[in-house]
Amino acid sequence: MNAHDLFIAFWTIFRREVRRFTRIWAQTLLPPAITMTLYFIIFGNLIGSRIGEMGGFNYMEYIVPGLIMMSVITNSYSNVVSSFYSTKFQRSIEELLVSPVPNWIILSGFVLGGVVRGLGVGLIVTLLSLFFTDLQVQNLLVTIAIVFLTAVLFALGGFINAVFANSFDDISIIPTFVLTPLTYLGGVFYSIQLLPEFWQGVSQLNPILYMVNTFRYGILGVSDINVGFAFMMILLFIGGLFSYALYLLQNGKGIRS
Amino acid sequence: MTLALTVEKLHKVYGNGFEALKEISFDVAEGDFFALLGPNGAGKSTTLGIVSSLVNKTSGKVSIFGIDIDDNLTGAKLNLGVVPQEFNFNMFENVKDILVTQAGYYGIKRSIASERADYYLKKLGLWEKRNGAARMLSGGMKRRLMIARALMHDPKLLILDEPTAGVDIELRRSMWEFLRELNASGTTIILTTHYLEEAESLCRNIAIIDKGQIIKNTSMRALLQQLTTETFILDVDASLSEAPQLDGYVVRLITDNVLEVDVEKEQGLNSLFERLQDHNLSVRSMRNKSNRLEELFVSLVDKNLNQDKA
Repeated sequence: MNAHDLFIAFWTIFRREVRRFTRIWAQTLLPPAITMTLYFIIFGNLIGSRIGEMGGFNYMEYIVPGLIMMSVITNSYSNVVSSFYSTKFQRSIEELLVSPVPNWIILSGFVLGGVVRGLGVGLIVTLLSLFFTDLQVQNLLVTIAIVFLTAVLFALGGFINAVFANSFDDISIIPTFVLTPLTYLGGVFYSIQLLPEFWQGVSQLNPILYMVNTFRYGILGVSDINVGFAFMMILLFIGGLFSYALYLLQNGKGIRS
Repeated sequence: MTLALTVEKLHKVYGNGFEALKEISFDVAEGDFFALLGPNGAGKSTTLGIVSSLVNKTSGKVSIFGIDIDDNLTGAKLNLGVVPQEFNFNMFENVKDILVTQAGYYGIKRSIASERADYYLKKLGLWEKRNGAARMLSGGMKRRLMIARALMHDPKLLILDEPTAGVDIELRRSMWEFLRELNASGTTIILTTHYLEEAESLCRNIAIIDKGQIIKNTSMRALLQQLTTETFILDVDASLSEAPQLDGYVVRLITDNVLEVDVEKEQGLNSLFERLQDHNLSVRSMRNKSNRLEELFVSLVDKNLNQDKA
């Protein structure tokens, strides 16, 4: 297959992925919009007005970047994990396995599909947040780069989860018991500087803290952590997860006998 | 002679220790219509799974049109179309989209893929259903959809793993016609089936696999010539109370006017009719008790079982 053929193959997978989540928009795009609107109303407006300032900003301004990031993380992950697992479950993965599409194209197609859903939901939540606060982006490049890389990272995570999953339960365990707690404890609703020193140290082991804070830095210009270090870590994780996912595909883990 | 498929000392041991293939070897020539038969669990699907890279082999070599799957898997896959035994498409996807998407995996432009999809949808009687979800199709339609899907990139070798399972006889015969046409146009076809009449009617060469070993690999004609005895069912125009004694033939009375007769290959049917005539019996109709290939298949598999026991 030449480069043109490979591009068509990649585009086919990507297109199918985007069509899948747009076709079922009531399950994929609408729920985060409703949930985040409730967060804005309850935490931002009703409770937030009594909390006062956080990190030099009113509470609504402070939580908006975190909530956008939370939507991106959850949706990029869940798109790939559910899509790839259902192709395994329905055995339609065999359509791809018998075809000459290289594994890196398969992986890229699924991951980019997840990234687009993550970014799409992120955009919806951003637009909704404008009803509650003014967003003035301080550093556009950092904002776009971090949100894109975060979506890539969690889409890769979703793919690996789907490779190992043997049942529909297995695709909800990681999001429920790992992803959600890490996101809530990753500085979405508070600055880690509010925590005792020990818990600040513990929080720094949470990778989501780096993403949320870097995104917050891009929008508000403030961060609890070093932004350069955060980018380096995310790129390192992306490289590691991409290689691992490719290795799993190459060996047919969970998809070949 | 160009070989469409070469399988050399193919060996497969699954993770649980089950040895599915015991170093089997066979070739399929270009243009052939080849049957790979065997009882359930014999190793047919494992063999085809390895050829189509859905199953990892333990050792051995597989080449598709001279391209070794270990050296150039992509090149080998471009020549291959696969129709699996189980439905393996996204049930929620639209019928035409399934075809166009599959073509995309082979780098075929969407406009060309769309034309090809239309051709096969019409050819295989799926045109009316093209915009519906695949889950709404009947079993026979789903099988035809999988055939259309496997043909979207014009493969030179088509593997069909029980393509007519659960399909009614009328539809099965129309699928046979389609497959004959396809083979006549140059596509090499490998077929596995439990309908031995299907294999006898369509295939020129055959391999029988049992317990992971090839127990027969020859032409269909040569194989059928090995059949020494055929059993015929005769409807006679008299009401009988016992089977007539026909010199040289084993005759059983099934009902008062139906006889079952074993005929040795060298005996022929003329002398049978003469013997019946001697007993003033006229034959109104006759048919084979079972398919000829079926009789051979059962005897070969039984022989293999007895050898194992011995």
